Amino acid sequence: MKHTISVLVENQFGTFNRVVTMFSSKGFNVNSLSIGETETSEISRMTIVTEGEDKIIEQVVKQLNRLIDTIKVIDLTGQSRVERELALISVYYQKGNRAEITNVCSIFRGNIVDINNKTLTLEITGPPDKIDAAVNVLEPYGIKEMARSGTVALKRGEQLSSKKESLTT
Amino acid sequence: MKEQKPILSGAEIFFECLRREKVEIVFGYPGGAVLKLYEKLYDVDFLKHILVRHEQGATHMAEGYAKASGKTGVVLVTSGPGATNTVTGIADAYMDSVPIVVFTGQVPTHLIGNDAFQEADIVGITRPITKHSFLVRNIDELASTIKKAFYIASTGRPGPVLVDLPKDVINSVCEFEYPEKVELRGYKPTLLGHQNQIKKAADIIKNAKRLLFYVGGGVIMSGGHRELKLLAKENNIPVTMTLQGLGAFPMNEPQSLGMLGMHGTYWANQAVNNCDVLVSLGARFDDRVTGKVDAFATNAYKIHVDIDPTCIDKNVVVDLPIVGDVKHILAELAAEITSPPDFDDWWSQIQKWKEECPLHYEKHDGKLRTEYVLDCLNEFTKGEAVIVTDVGQHQMWTAQYYKFNHPRSHITSGGLGTMGFSVPASIGAAFAIKDRPVISISGDGGFQMNIQELVTAVYNKLPIKFIIINNSFLGMVRQWQELFHAEKYSFTDLGDSNPDFCKLGEAFGMKSFSTNKPEDVNPIFEEAFSINDGPVLIEFKVEKEDMVFPIIPSGATLKEMMTKRLDPKEMV
Repeated sequence: MKHTISVLVENQFGTFNRVVTMFSSKGFNVNSLSIGETETSEISRMTIVTEGEDKIIEQVVKQLNRLIDTIKVIDLTGQSRVERELALISVYYQKGNRAEITNVCSIFRGNIVDINNKTLTLEITGPPDKIDAAVNVLEPYGIKEMARSGTVALKRGEQLSSKKESLTT
Repeated sequence: MKEQKPILSGAEIFFECLRREKVEIVFGYPGGAVLKLYEKLYDVDFLKHILVRHEQGATHMAEGYAKASGKTGVVLVTSGPGATNTVTGIADAYMDSVPIVVFTGQVPTHLIGNDAFQEADIVGITRPITKHSFLVRNIDELASTIKKAFYIASTGRPGPVLVDLPKDVINSVCEFEYPEKVELRGYKPTLLGHQNQIKKAADIIKNAKRLLFYVGGGVIMSGGHRELKLLAKENNIPVTMTLQGLGAFPMNEPQSLGMLGMHGTYWANQAVNNCDVLVSLGARFDDRVTGKVDAFATNAYKIHVDIDPTCIDKNVVVDLPIVGDVKHILAELAAEITSPPDFDDWWSQIQKWKEECPLHYEKHDGKLRTEYVLDCLNEFTKGEAVIVTDVGQHQMWTAQYYKFNHPRSHITSGGLGTMGFSVPASIGAAFAIKDRPVISISGDGGFQMNIQELVTAVYNKLPIKFIIINNSFLGMVRQWQELFHAEKYSFTDLGDSNPDFCKLGEAFGMKSFSTNKPEDVNPIFEEAFSINDGPVLIEFKVEKEDMVFPIIPSGATLKEMMTKRLDPKEMV
């Protein structure tokens, strides 16, 4: 089963390598991995999508926690969360089908961000399965190249029942 | 007026930090990138620097020192090859959770990545085999990094930490301030076990009919041997130990069942298979212990005490995990268990197993055997020696036949199984242990793997007894070839190529002994142990084709245990 794991790590030299090395040396899968700064500059957030049986995922979480530079590990799987990925997809167009592709792009609420005499570049954002769907539709036109960012995710904020409570907590 | 902080050079800061960490000894080898450190070292008088002959030796010495003393071992080497030579020792320390800090020189920061002379990305190379590592890129971080390195290496589940020191950082200066304490928000080992879990464990132990303690090296590292002894003796609980756990519980006590696992005793393995409650204390269910995982202690309720959460449910799924310091948890368990449970039936069953299949070897054919040498050594030293073994048959025989009665007395390469460990590790141990004999035991193969360190022992006048168990074979590999690989003795016969070990010992400046007769063993020990102003070498030429029994083949169950060499006549 696929798991989305969010990891807060020290934004330090070598931290990223240490996480990646851990995955490869323990033989864990990585489907996608993204890293970037958080609201606090000395902390980075890594979002790792991995796959495995429950026992493996338990080890993944424990091994991540074991790294000295790891501050917090949250398995977002099964939790209410927002998950997004960004894809840049460069697609070949012919004279007759440019509008069609533009149409596909707007169905997926994407943007055309570049064009030349052969290709259109689409920017599509959304959960990974939405990107997969867009790629499927665009494939018959001929995809020249594609870049996907990997998933980033956050747990959904809990609904606070009243203003007062939010002030006291 | 604000107190003026001293301005120190990187090299001065380095040694000041070691002084604050109470480092007494450093195992090292100089070179280009660490010249400035060695320049400063020339005037340092608070610590001893031991010049090794190969950097791998330095790491094993640091391990031996750490395992024998309980302190953190320290290594100092240069960049490039100096650093890469430490890799095996670091991997060894990682597998056996030995606290060492390895300082490696590095080319100046502006040359990193430039394929500079003697450059190696040692932080990258060692990343999967260190508990943590640092590249100090700014002199302002030097003192706090060293503080963190020692803290990380020695706390929680101990392990090796590498600190890479670029030459320009060591050459520059800054204000020196040593941090009082370490604050690492991502690293807070759990020490106190969960109260309810401990209570639950105590209840289960109280109601057990066939209880077994399965003890690993964690008990020794945590210093929990006294708590273990008290708990096991007062409640008459059977205790079996892993290779690294030997000595955690005195083997001359009736509760000791000796070692379990692949070459463990028949009765210890039977006890594992038949116990109703198995309490793992600072052990990690290694494959050499469990054999076939699905068949391991299938009837037992399993309690697992470990400081490292990743060990829990990794190999064997347990019923009750307790994460924390095993010393503390043993004390808590003892407080909960007020009246001893009745294990009389259980003990009489264990006794039957002992009688059914005792450890045995041929004593009456006049041939010299390793088991006999170890029996004599055990008698001669009354189980009081610190024994440092290498890897292979002699290692397993030592674990079976030498009766370790103290913690930190059995030092061996367990997890990684590093041949060439014993000679340097015994040197490290000899710097830590002054009041008991330190004995290195190697096979003729492993002895040649770090033989250069004999110089270090001789030069420092360490009274180590270097014992070589010479069977002219890579014995354990030969044993597997005989048992599992169609008797194809491929490249394991060293008979024609071995050097004359006695002459070799003499060349290094050691009094050397050699024999192939059982009646010589004790007289040699008498003479060798009377020499205390330097090391001696003792070669025992033993039976060439003896095998270690019992053996449970890799990944097999107790049913497949072999207790003796099959007679060809019986095999029809």
